[in-house]
Amino acid sequence: MSLVQLLFYMMAFIAIASALFVAATKNLVRSIFMFFITLFALAGLYVLALADFVAITQIVIYVGGILVLILFAFMLSGKETLNIIGAQSNKFISINKLPAMLLSGLFLIVLLNMIFKIDANNLDWIKKSAITRNMILLNSSMTENIGINLMTKYLLPFEAISVLLMIALIGAAHLSRKGRGA
Amino acid sequence: MISLTDFLIVSAALFCVGLYMIVSKQNAIQILIGIELMLNAAILNLVAFGKYDRLNNGGQMFALFAIVLAAATTAVALAIILNVYKQYKTIDPDKIDKLGD
Repeated sequence: MSLVQLLFYMMAFIAIASALFVAATKNLVRSIFMFFITLFALAGLYVLALADFVAITQIVIYVGGILVLILFAFMLSGKETLNIIGAQSNKFISINKLPAMLLSGLFLIVLLNMIFKIDANNLDWIKKSAITRNMILLNSSMTENIGINLMTKYLLPFEAISVLLMIALIGAAHLSRKGRGA
Repeated sequence: MISLTDFLIVSAALFCVGLYMIVSKQNAIQILIGIELMLNAAILNLVAFGKYDRLNNGGQMFALFAIVLAAATTAVALAIILNVYKQYKTIDPDKIDKLGD
């Protein structure tokens, strides 16, 4: 087993285990901070998929932006929510969680079945890209290619998403301003 | 190298954890975290397949777009959650069942 594979299995284990902890724990603050670990492990997985720019963006935007926002919203939304959660029963598997577990477990079985049936390594276009040398190799630097593509081929979605970000900014500011009776 | 199937299995597991959180949690913020987990699973798929598209960068580019969209969604959703908390004094989605005042 090579080092890359070892790293991949380690990252995958960390990501899935911390995601399970996020889902299982009763303590909200602890679950939010565990979500940090999940996002970092996912960034590591992106690096192993040879997408270093996406990994850096993941760390900057998700860990630096979204999680801090979630922490803010959690701290601002008061202590009552914490008390309600603490008052729930402490059993690991409670009966009202059973349908959700059943649903997600069955969905996991469906997804895994589909993944093993589709056999992604032998798809046509993936074989073709391996033949025509269109796949990313270990020594190819993708960041400048991403920049060029962003300004030429993907210019329209880029502009659209900038307009959408502007709209989201205005909308969030409008929603959260004080006065005017909510 | 790591095969595509490994990435797909990891992302399927993450997706199901997110689905479980969305269905079972009684707190809007935890439901939001579940949505983020599902989005991240989808982004992992995009990135894993994007390895086989060096010239156009389709996968990585749309992974970037998805990350930015997730950021915008989260900002608006958190503003809505704070407003809901101001009005109802709870963020349990089961208890928010009245329109207006």
